[in-house]
Amino acid sequence: MDRIPILKFGYSLLVTIQVDMHDQLAMTLQDDLTSRLVKERARGVLIDISALEIVDSFMGRVLNNIAAMAKILDAVTVVVGMRPAVAITLVELGLDLPGVKTALNVERGMDLIRASVEDLSAADDDAE
Amino acid sequence: MTTLSERLAIRAPEDIVRVRQIVRTKAAAAGLSIVDQTKIITAASEIARNTLDYGGGGEVEVEGVADQSRVGVRLTFRDQGPGIADVEQALRDDYTTGGGLGLGLGGAKRLCSEFRIDSKPGVGTTVVLARWK
Ligand SMILES: Nc1ncnc2c1ncn2[C@@H]1O[C@H](COP(=O)(O)OP(=O)(O)OP(=O)(O)O)[C@@H](O)[C@H]1O
Ligand SMILES: [Mg+2]
Repeated sequence: MDRIPILKFGYSLLVTIQVDMHDQLAMTLQDDLTSRLVKERARGVLIDISALEIVDSFMGRVLNNIAAMAKILDAVTVVVGMRPAVAITLVELGLDLPGVKTALNVERGMDLIRASVEDLSAADDDAE
Repeated sequence: MTTLSERLAIRAPEDIVRVRQIVRTKAAAAGLSIVDQTKIITAASEIARNTLDYGGGGEVEVEGVADQSRVGVRLTFRDQGPGIADVEQALRDDYTTGGGLGLGLGGAKRLCSEFRIDSKPGVGTTVVLARWK
């Protein structure tokens, strides 16, 4: 497989990572997500990593880049399903995911995106 | 006793995926916990990428180890690349010459029970990682 599929769900983009990605595949995903965000005017990106056995510094950088890009395009990024062993390992590795919100599963992740989009539009209304 | 070791060339990004897979198989066979498996696979992924990106490619030897004192896996990465002039500096988090986060070496060291690096400028780099039960 040379591309990870991106689904549109409401105002969010949904990605389920099901394979151990090589670096180029991860970079392609980053680029594809950026162009889809622009094209679909999506407000949220939900990335399901429950199948991922590890997140190393490269993958962490990709997640951070996606979140930074999404932020510029006014969208929030939520990573769901991170395995406990992966979370423990990330801390010891020393990797921070500052712009990335995390949630237990897809449903909670969607709630998080909905809440933050509503927050943002409330703030917009105040500003007007 | 060291069980059969396996060697794998690290020449392309896909090889980093292969290194992760073979390390997972060996770590599971050695009976490491899921957390310990995750740690050694992550460390292996970091060092394999360094071998490819900075060492110009190389190889890894993956061994399952089981003797009286320890049970686990040992990985030896070798390349004949430019080497590292100041290893202590390279180990520091945030030090990178490749636009990375500089976490690979320091992080791998934290994730392993044993960590050894031997590097000579102009000769190459050897990194040994081990995770014991
Ligand atoms: N095998 C190697 N041969 C030559 N230089 C190396 C090798 N491995 C690491 N280095 C040097 O050590 C530096 C630090 O490596 P480290 O893995 O800690 O960080 P990085 O690879 O730069 O970033 P990250 O791993 O976070 O993506 C590298 O930038 C590189 O200069
Ligand atoms: Mg590195």
